[in-house]
Amino acid sequence: MSRLAVLKTYKLYIGGKFPRSESGRVYEVLSASGDFLANAAKASRKDARDAVVAARSALSGWSKATGYNRGQVLYRIAELLEGRRAQFIDEIVSAEGVSAAAAAAQVDEAIDRWIWYAGWADKYVQVAGNANAVSGPFFNLSVPEPTGVVAVIAPQDSSLVGLVSAVAPALVAGNTVVVVASERLPLSAISLSEVLVTSDVPGGVVNILTGSPAEIAPWLASHADVNALDLVGAGSLDWVSLQIAAAETLMRVFAPENGADAAAPSLARVTQFTETKTVWHTKSLL
Amino acid sequence: MSFLEYAPAPESTALLNLQSEYGLFIDGEFTAGSDPTFATISPATEKHIATIASASAGDVDAAVKAARAAYDTTWSRLSGRDRGKYLFRIARLVQERARELAVAESLDNGKPIKESRDVDIPLVAAWFFYYAGWADKLDHAGLGANPRALGVAAQVIPWNFPLLMLAWKIAPALAAGNTVVLKPAETTPLTALLFAEIVQQAGLPAGVVNIITGAGETGRALVNHPDVNKVAFTGSTSVGREIARSLAGTSKKLTLELGGKGANIVFDDAPIDQAVEGIVRGIFFNQGHVCCAGSRLLVQENIHDEVVERLKVRLGTLRVGDPLDKNTDVGAINSAEQLQRIRQLSDIGEAEGGERWSPACELPSEGFWFAPTIFTNVATSSRIARDEIFGPVLSILSFRTPAEAIAKANNTPYGLSAGIWSDKGSKILAVADKLRAGVIWANTFNQFDPASPFGGYKESGYGREGGKQGLAAYLAPASSASASVASASVASASVTSASVPASSSRSVRASKGGKK
Repeated sequence: MSRLAVLKTYKLYIGGKFPRSESGRVYEVLSASGDFLANAAKASRKDARDAVVAARSALSGWSKATGYNRGQVLYRIAELLEGRRAQFIDEIVSAEGVSAAAAAAQVDEAIDRWIWYAGWADKYVQVAGNANAVSGPFFNLSVPEPTGVVAVIAPQDSSLVGLVSAVAPALVAGNTVVVVASERLPLSAISLSEVLVTSDVPGGVVNILTGSPAEIAPWLASHADVNALDLVGAGSLDWVSLQIAAAETLMRVFAPENGADAAAPSLARVTQFTETKTVWHTKSLL
Repeated sequence: MSFLEYAPAPESTALLNLQSEYGLFIDGEFTAGSDPTFATISPATEKHIATIASASAGDVDAAVKAARAAYDTTWSRLSGRDRGKYLFRIARLVQERARELAVAESLDNGKPIKESRDVDIPLVAAWFFYYAGWADKLDHAGLGANPRALGVAAQVIPWNFPLLMLAWKIAPALAAGNTVVLKPAETTPLTALLFAEIVQQAGLPAGVVNIITGAGETGRALVNHPDVNKVAFTGSTSVGREIARSLAGTSKKLTLELGGKGANIVFDDAPIDQAVEGIVRGIFFNQGHVCCAGSRLLVQENIHDEVVERLKVRLGTLRVGDPLDKNTDVGAINSAEQLQRIRQLSDIGEAEGGERWSPACELPSEGFWFAPTIFTNVATSSRIARDEIFGPVLSILSFRTPAEAIAKANNTPYGLSAGIWSDKGSKILAVADKLRAGVIWANTFNQFDPASPFGGYKESGYGREGGKQGLAAYLAPASSASASVASASVASASVTSASVPASSSRSVRASKGGKK
C-alpha cells in the first residue's frame, strides 16, 4: 500500500510570516495539463498594503547592513536553494510541464544568478560611485544609495528564474521588496519564501504576494510609501495606467521587459534601484 | 552716511546690444513665431526689455523636425572629437561674452550682478568646457563600449538660473551626440536668445540647437511631441508630475529636477559665524529662488537664540535693491506671480503662529520686491515648514538630538538638498549617511560644479545632472534596443573614427600599423 502524500498549504509571505490572504480568498493553481495542484492565496489590497508596511519597517536595518553582510546573506539564500534543488525541480516539472532537465536548468540558473548578484553587494558602490574633482577646496563624493521600498511585478512566464532575476538585484543595494509572483506559476515563489524564512534575510526584506497582478499592481503603483516600481513582468497588464498612477508620487518606474532576455542579469538592474547622493565637505585652507 | 551706505555702483547696460524683438531660433535661423508675441520685462523696474515670439504647436513641430534632420544628417555622423571641439568653442564664446551675458541675466531675471557675474556665467562656461571633454570619451561614461545617443532631446528650463540651466541641459546632451530643442522660461528668455547668437558664432551645424520661446503650452507641446527621444525638465514638482504622467507608455527617457525643502542643520559644535554665512547663502542666494535652497533651518536648541540673534544682525547688513548694482546682495523677485505666492505663504506662516521678522530695509517703489524674512517658532506641520516657497523666506525650527534633526530633515516628500554644520567630522559623515537627499553640503551650502552630480530623491525628481551621471542621462548602452539601428551603427562608427587620427592619409597609416 502506497503512502498517502501530505500536501502543502501555500500562503502569502509578509513580514517574515505566512499569513493567508486577509480576504480569505484562494485561487486554483493548475498543472500544465490542467490538473489541480493547489489553492494559492489570492492577495487583496489590504495584503499588499500590509506587505508595504513590512517592507518599510525592514528597510532601515537592511539598508544599513554592510555590503559584505548583505552579500553573505544573499549568498546564504543560494546555499539553501541548492539544498532544496530537487524540490524546486519537481515543482517546476509539475507546474510548467517541462522535462526534468529543463526544470533543473532553470533552478541552476536561478541559483547562479543569486550568487552573481550576491557578489555585487560590496562592489556596486565602487563601480557606480565616484570622487568628483570640483573647482574649489572641497572633498566631493558621489555614492549610490538604495531607493527604498521596491514593488515588483515578477515575470509571469517562469516559476523561479524570472522571480529571482527580478528580486535579487533589488536587494543588493539594500532595498526591500514587495513582489507579486507569476499568477499562473506561483508555487515556486512560495517555496522560495520557505527558503528565505530559514535563511538570514530579516523578515520584511522580501514579501511575496500571490494572486492577480492586474488586481494588486494598481494598489502598489499608487501607494505613497513605495519608492520604485519594477514592471518587468507586467507586459500583459495595463502598465501604462500603472505608470500614470506612479507619476503621482514620482515613484521610479521601470517598463515591462519581454522575450528571452527579460530581466537578464546586469549591473544596471542593481543601480536602477539606487539614488546618487553627493556629499560636499569643505577642506580648510592651510 | 553710515559704514553700510555706499554710493550707487550700477553695472552699465551700454555693452548690451539687444534687439527690440526676438524670434524663435529654429534650424540655425531666427524666425517669427506663429502665436502672439509677449514681452519680457525687468522685474526690478517692470520696464520692457524686448518682444519675444511665442511658439505654436506647429513651430514646435518645425523645431523638432530641424533637430531630427540635424541628428540624422550631421550630428550623429560627426566624430566625438569634433562634437567636443564645437562645445569648447561655445565655452570660450561664453567666456568672451561673459560680462554682456551677466548684465543681460541680471536685467531679465532680477538677480544681483555679483551672482550672475561670479556664479551663473562662470559656471555656464565651466559646464560647456567640462562636457566638451566628454564628447570623445563616452566609452568611460559607465554604459560600456560605444554607448549611443538617444536622438532628439526636449528640454524645458526654469527662470531662476536661466542661462545656467540651459548649460546644464545642452552641454551634456550635445556631448553625448543628441540634438536639442530647448524652451526657456516665459519670464527669462533673454540669455537663451543671446546663446542662440553664440551658437551661430560657433558655427554649430544648423538644427543641432533650437531655442523656442513661449509659455506652458509651448513646453507641453514640446515634451509631448512624438518624435522626441529624451525629455529633461527642471521646475516645479506639479509640472514634473504632469510630464511623468504624459510620458507614461512612451520610450522617452526622462530626467526631472523638481522642488525641494532643504534642511540646513546647525549643531551646537558648529563654527557659528561660518554657519550664519552659510544660512544666508542657503536661503538668500538668488532671492531664495533655488530649488535646493536651505529653506528649513534646524538649529540645536541650546544655540537657537544665539544663532537667531547673530542671523538678525547679519541680515541687517544685506543690501536689497538694484540687481545691476555691484553692491547688491539681494535682488528682485522674478515676477509678480512669484511675489504673490511668497506673500501668500508668508501670511499663512504668520497666521499659523510663526514669528515673522525682517530687517528694516527700504524696497524700491517699482518692480517686485520682498525683504529677506525669517520665521521663528515654526511648527513642523506649518505650511512654511512643508511647502516650497521659492523666495527669501527662512523657516527656523529647533532640535535636541542628532536623531531628532535627521527625523525632521527627512520629514518631507522632497529630497533634493541638505546642509550640516559641525566641527566634528565623524558626526557630519554619520548624519550625511542618514539624510535622504541627493546633495549634501557639509560646512558649506549652494555649491555647484559640472563635475558634481546634482539631483533629488523622492518627489524632488529623478536622474542626475553634472558628472558622468549627467552624461549617462543622455546615452543608452550599445546593446539596448534602438529605434533606429542605422543611426546607432553610424554613431559607433564615428566613435571608432575619433580614436584614430583625423586625416585620411594618417588613418590609412594607422590601420597599416594595426596589421603588423
